[in-house]
Amino acid sequence: MPELSTQAPPAPPTGRSRLLDGLLGRPSRGQVIVAVLVMLLGFAAAVQMHITHTSNDFAGQRRQDLVDLLDSLSSAADRADAQISELQRTRSKLQSQSRAKAAALAEDRRRLQVLGILAGTLPATGPGVIVTIDDPRGTVSAAAILNGIEELRDAGAEAIQINHRVRVVASTYVTDGDGGIIVDGHQLAPPYVIDAIGSAHTLGQAVVFPGGLSDDVSALGGKVSVQQAGKVVVSALHRAVTPEYAQPTGS
Amino acid sequence: MIVLFGLAIGIVAGFFFEPTVPTGLQPYLPIAVVAALDAVFGGLRAHLDGIFDDKVFVVSFISNVLIAALIVYLGDQLGVGGQLSTGVIVVLGIRIFSNVAAIRRHIFHA
Repeated sequence: MPELSTQAPPAPPTGRSRLLDGLLGRPSRGQVIVAVLVMLLGFAAAVQMHITHTSNDFAGQRRQDLVDLLDSLSSAADRADAQISELQRTRSKLQSQSRAKAAALAEDRRRLQVLGILAGTLPATGPGVIVTIDDPRGTVSAAAILNGIEELRDAGAEAIQINHRVRVVASTYVTDGDGGIIVDGHQLAPPYVIDAIGSAHTLGQAVVFPGGLSDDVSALGGKVSVQQAGKVVVSALHRAVTPEYAQPTGS
Repeated sequence: MIVLFGLAIGIVAGFFFEPTVPTGLQPYLPIAVVAALDAVFGGLRAHLDGIFDDKVFVVSFISNVLIAALIVYLGDQLGVGGQLSTGVIVVLGIRIFSNVAAIRRHIFHA
């Protein structure tokens, strides 16, 4: 059994001790050379940092980099141009659509007014006649009134009301009632006042032509007076009801 | 110690004098700096390993810088300067990292 040596061989210096030696020991020739080279490195690094921080132009760039940059810029500009024209197309499309919509809306409004006057749901005004039928003895029949309305319609009356209460529309009916007539369920008493909008002269002629309303009423014991007016207001309204059985056909 | 002084003097001189680098050399300066940095870390690692030789250090420093600049110059002539300088930076960066890892093990034993 070998005897343990009492003196261990000197341990090789560790990295740490070598670093301390390098930092604290006397500078050797090698250290001086290294210092010179490292000084060069620091100098170059500082200069490069200075360039990087101060120059923002493209003077130091490679030609290839500059060409790439130019390419990417011009392709970006192309893309932007394409986007612009695309958006302009969209804008003009939307504008024409909105114009068409506005035109359709105006047309619809116009039709709504026309139909409202025809259906009696809108008040109307215009030239026309005011026909007053005096019936002191209550002998003027509903048939005579209805005939008169038909004559007015023939003459082109566009809106008619009776006694400022009942609007005469397509579905209006006239029947005899107690002490007067019943129009669309409204009991009306004489004198009857029929306001009709249309050509005032034509409507006036339609009332007074021989064998017309005027003669009928006179024969029944009443009296008709016609007043042509530049402005007749038909303000009675007919309440529109949704048809229960009649449905619009497809076309 | 004198090495650290050298580094500090170089940095201060660089900032103080602010020399203008010729336009033709400007693309190579950052590559050269990174290559020199790699050589310096390699030298420090060798010093901690106890195998440092100043002649080897000087040769490796200068050849690192020259070869890096040469590769980039060649890349510029071939039209792939940007990509090639990126490649050089990547390789040198990997080397710097491995050297720093070895240095770290020496100093912190970890």
